[in-house]
Amino acid sequence: MARKQSVRYYDSPGSRAFDIANVLLLTGLAIVTVLPLLYVLAGSFASESEISSRPFFLWPQKFVTSTYQYIFSTDTFVRALLTTICVTAVGTVVQLLLTLTMAYPLAKRYLPGRALVLNLVIFTLVFSGGMIPTYLVVRDLGLLDNYLALILPLAINPFYLIVVKSFFQELPEALEEAARIDGCNELKVFWWIVLPLSKPIIATFSLFYAVAIWNDYMSPLLYIDDSKKWTLQIIVRQLTAANADSANVLQQLETVSFPEQGLKFAVVVVATLPILLFYPFLQKHFAKGVLIGSVKE
Amino acid sequence: MATDLAPNQVVPPAAEVKQAPPRKPRRPLGRELLRYRWLYVMLLPGLAYFALFKYLPMYGLTIAFKDYVPFLGYSGSQWVGLEHFRELFTGPDFGRLMFNTLLLALLTIVFVFPAPIVVALMLNELRMKVLKRSVQSLIYIPHFLSWTIVASLTYLLFSVDFGVIAGWVHSLAGGPKVDYVAQAGWFRPLIVLQLLWKQTGWGTIIYLAALAGVDSQLYEAARVDGAGRWRQFWHITLPAIQPTIVVMAILTSGHLMDSGFEQIWLMTTSLNRDVADVFDTFVYYVGITQGSFSYATAVGLFKGVIGVVLIFGSNRLAKRLGQRGLF
Repeated sequence: MARKQSVRYYDSPGSRAFDIANVLLLTGLAIVTVLPLLYVLAGSFASESEISSRPFFLWPQKFVTSTYQYIFSTDTFVRALLTTICVTAVGTVVQLLLTLTMAYPLAKRYLPGRALVLNLVIFTLVFSGGMIPTYLVVRDLGLLDNYLALILPLAINPFYLIVVKSFFQELPEALEEAARIDGCNELKVFWWIVLPLSKPIIATFSLFYAVAIWNDYMSPLLYIDDSKKWTLQIIVRQLTAANADSANVLQQLETVSFPEQGLKFAVVVVATLPILLFYPFLQKHFAKGVLIGSVKE
Repeated sequence: MATDLAPNQVVPPAAEVKQAPPRKPRRPLGRELLRYRWLYVMLLPGLAYFALFKYLPMYGLTIAFKDYVPFLGYSGSQWVGLEHFRELFTGPDFGRLMFNTLLLALLTIVFVFPAPIVVALMLNELRMKVLKRSVQSLIYIPHFLSWTIVASLTYLLFSVDFGVIAGWVHSLAGGPKVDYVAQAGWFRPLIVLQLLWKQTGWGTIIYLAALAGVDSQLYEAARVDGAGRWRQFWHITLPAIQPTIVVMAILTSGHLMDSGFEQIWLMTTSLNRDVADVFDTFVYYVGITQGSFSYATAVGLFKGVIGVVLIFGSNRLAKRLGQRGLF
């Protein structure tokens, strides 16, 4: 009955027109969203002359890899890529460990002092010392030009911490209790019972943290002066900014000809690729993470 | 039990005697600490983090009232009271910073805030599930790209050298080629465009979740009552996501003064600084580039205080309008 009615009303001319327009608009939106990325990908495999002569293309006339060969032959780019990979890997582990170990005791409602700590954490979501005082703390700790400056100041995202804490609170207390009766201390309970149960949330937040470090531009801008310690995002910026001096950035001072425009495309692709490769996993977990986060305490 | 009562008190009927809740055995604090020692040990690294990188900088805000000299330290530097704030409010930059910051915020509210709501509602009306999922997958992508990448893409598409769009406009409209990236007049449109591209798709998630939670019986009942598609939308769908819109509006207005440092900074050139400078980037220029730590901290503190006022203010406003609010 209801079904029949719904079919009839959906078939009204106005409704059909809306459906068609809706499908077209959303398809158009999706295409417009990815077109710039496809263009850059195509451009990175095109020759220098093709980039400057053809206005827009999604497939290069002549498929060349010389741009990639060039950027991977420069020390600066390779070093930045390796640096970024290492900082992202180490940083994710450190940040995840700190977040998980702090969230676990905060999930125990009976723990004296818990409310105070939670309020201190929540307050940092509303108010912070800001850029300069944080910079001064990092400087006073002697972390300028140190990779730790890219990891430690962002080690715990208070928002993620609260989400993980809420997740731990949902875990069945009975399991932990059983382990405690068997003589496990809290550390062992955490390691052997709680962490194995938390695999989905660990996956979610390791991706959260990894993407944040990989994409971070402000921290290296603030804390890293030494061009030998530049990260990928800084290199991308240096090469593609309006007034970029590509030869100088890559410290390729001999006047060999190099793909000046093409390398802009190629570095963007290299800096984007890891994220797009992980994207199928990211999407699944991130969407979940956002929704967990939207649950009020 | 009865012996506890004063002699002249009427003894209530037995059924009404409420058993006092069992009092929590109060243990001495020391024993509590000992009992939960491992939990406290686990708390320590996190506490150290918050102390060092969140609360120590808050203490560092005191240099906004001092003439901070690095080698004298926080406490040794000379106290100057509100001097830096007077400099900020009476200086030549304040009006421009405030105008740029607020105009960007206004543009964000008008163009960027409603976009995910509209797209989510459109996706919600889509009956081809495969298409819906494909569109979602594609429009989420930009959210994961860094601002550096977004700025680079903007440059590759809009700059005069070989920007695709600059070229198109040139061939269609004729006239001299426009360098959109360098021109001050195109700064704000490009910022809005970047925000739309990067955040619209992702922003739909929270609204789609709210829409998925609507009881389908409501629609069936409305249909039985003869409501057409438009009326169902107006009377069921829209009210269903209204609380979500309010919460998102509160969150957005709490960040009116945050222009997004990375985005603005990456799009700032020597030609558009007049329209590009906002509080966030100004703090960086003054503090890091010029080394005026105290003045920059004062600017940052001013911005932070406004942010707190905004978030509490909008929350109260939402409550007064009969919404649930955030806290």
